[in-house]
Amino acid sequence: MLTFTIRRLVLAVPTLLFISLVIFLLLELAPGDPMAQVPLTVPPEVKEKMREALGLGQPWPIRYWKWLVQFFWIEPQVLIDWMFGTTFSANDLRVISWQTRSPVMDIVIQRMPQTLWVVGTAYLVGILIALPIGIYSAYRQYSWFDNAGTFVTMVGFSVPPFFSGVLVIVIFSVQLGWFPSIYDTTHRVTDWDSFVVQLQQMIMPVMVLALQITSQMSRFMRASMLDNLNQDYVRTARAKGLRERTVVLVHVLRNSMIPVITVIAIGIPSIFGGAIITEQVFKVNGIGQLLITAIEANDLPMVQTLTFIFAVLIVLFNLIADVLYGILDPRIRYD
Amino acid sequence: MTEPVPATPVPPKGVVEAIPTRPPRSQWAEVWQQLKSHKGAMTGAFLFVFIILAVMVGPLIWRVDPQFLPQGRDFINLRDTRPIYTALWDSGAKVNWNHPLGTDNLGRDTLARLLSGGRVSIAVGLTAMVLSIFLGTLIGVVAGYFKRLDGPLMRLTDLFFALPLLPLILVAALLFRESLSASFGPEGGVFILIVALIGVTSWMQTARIVRGDVLALKEREFILAARSVGTSPFKLMVRHLLPNVLSPIMVSATLGIATAIITESALSFLGFGFPPDFPTWGRLLNDSVDRMVLYPERVLWPGILISLTVLSVNYLGDGLRDALDPRIRGR
Repeated sequence: MLTFTIRRLVLAVPTLLFISLVIFLLLELAPGDPMAQVPLTVPPEVKEKMREALGLGQPWPIRYWKWLVQFFWIEPQVLIDWMFGTTFSANDLRVISWQTRSPVMDIVIQRMPQTLWVVGTAYLVGILIALPIGIYSAYRQYSWFDNAGTFVTMVGFSVPPFFSGVLVIVIFSVQLGWFPSIYDTTHRVTDWDSFVVQLQQMIMPVMVLALQITSQMSRFMRASMLDNLNQDYVRTARAKGLRERTVVLVHVLRNSMIPVITVIAIGIPSIFGGAIITEQVFKVNGIGQLLITAIEANDLPMVQTLTFIFAVLIVLFNLIADVLYGILDPRIRYD
Repeated sequence: MTEPVPATPVPPKGVVEAIPTRPPRSQWAEVWQQLKSHKGAMTGAFLFVFIILAVMVGPLIWRVDPQFLPQGRDFINLRDTRPIYTALWDSGAKVNWNHPLGTDNLGRDTLARLLSGGRVSIAVGLTAMVLSIFLGTLIGVVAGYFKRLDGPLMRLTDLFFALPLLPLILVAALLFRESLSASFGPEGGVFILIVALIGVTSWMQTARIVRGDVLALKEREFILAARSVGTSPFKLMVRHLLPNVLSPIMVSATLGIATAIITESALSFLGFGFPPDFPTWGRLLNDSVDRMVLYPERVLWPGILISLTVLSVNYLGDGLRDALDPRIRGR
């Protein structure tokens, strides 16, 4: 198991390097000019100097190498400095955003809490709703509850977030006026009242995202339970005279959770990646919104770094899911 | 089911023949039989066919030009009319019987725009699905059949799974828009761009399933027999392997339409899709979000149409999966 993990970790390094190269080369084709906003009165030789100051003068292999060094060598040093108060990275050049001329990672860190709060809560809520629904609809297959659950999950699959989000805004903030339609990220929770306000503005985005997550997870949980409910060990457990509750909630559930947990792990990168569309609908200025504005403003270092962070998370959590699968199910060992 | 068997051909003594209860039927007749009993799938299929017919034939019946802009005084009179049903609860609403679903802020007819938008959305969905299925099947069959290509092709599939797809689609949609628009016209260029992007980023699931099935099929006797009579690898793949992996391909094709339509609408919604004067359902929704307080119907109709199309396709795919699975069939 340990050798498998180590082998996968080592294999992940070239994969990630290749992905970063693919992203870099794709962005290299970008037609936009970062100097487009500079006034026309600025003489061309000054413009050339400014271009070089952005690191644009060199051929792409050198710029790619510089980006790699900045991302993998300097940024971790900054993190260490920030945690322990040392000065390893005192004079090193970090990855700089072309939009704001400030380090990309600082902006990412600023935007992270909003995304984590909204999307993370939605993920948690979605899973907590999905598991009982999946368990019960599998246990009573083809009952009215199961049929209703199937219909609701199908609807949850099919209604895109940019419609369900707009729909709840029309209903709950325009018609009923219960919740604000825009997520206020400057809001601070200091006492009970401000906490209630925070809850109110979180309810709608969380609801929209949780509907999607619930529909995926509950389908998965149901299928996994159905696979296990007809197994021989279930009949054995019943024949031993165990109570129905014990059979379903201990014997069957524990076995059915194995694939579900790996699916949950694989879904975690999407929390960080932020629900780009949902953030756009509710004007949450999180990671997804940062990416959209960066793409629109042609801010290549920002787009490159963000996309690469997403790729790292996807690879990492796929690895975690594989390892978890091996730990939870002793029949599957990768040795 | 059990008709009285004519007694004339008396079996010889000691031989008990199994009496078939019904005439033998082909595999596809069985699948159709099973699919017919799946209520959701049939409803979905009817709805999907209805929507396709509506957007294809509809513009021939509802002959209002979706691009027509009224001029002068007509513009004031015809812009921002509400759907006729709003008159039921709001007697002061500005309605016009010539425009049953109302007009937008430039006086264009909403019904005509919905119909022509649906044409584009569904065309994108179908074309992108065909492209993604073609790529997925090709890579899956080749990887399953040729041992030497299996490793590299599956690494490629893993790589595509690890890419953050939506951000990359957004970036690429912005990058290649200009050059494609220049060579194929603004609408054709964006159409090709979006279909290609969706197709290239959604073939992986199909490839994996097809490869797995091909790997299992390759060891069967009929493949050995076909090879022993000298069938070329290409013929073997097309005539013997492909028909046997058709059912998973059909299921992923159906579900692929749904994802393609949603991705296209999402791109249009984020403003990375079709140009504003070339409406798709996602674009219509995006354009009307700013005024949804006053004119909620402009958001509701495209949204409902997208959701209904995707829902019907998903139900159809679900039923198809059950019908094509021989373990479930006949239950």
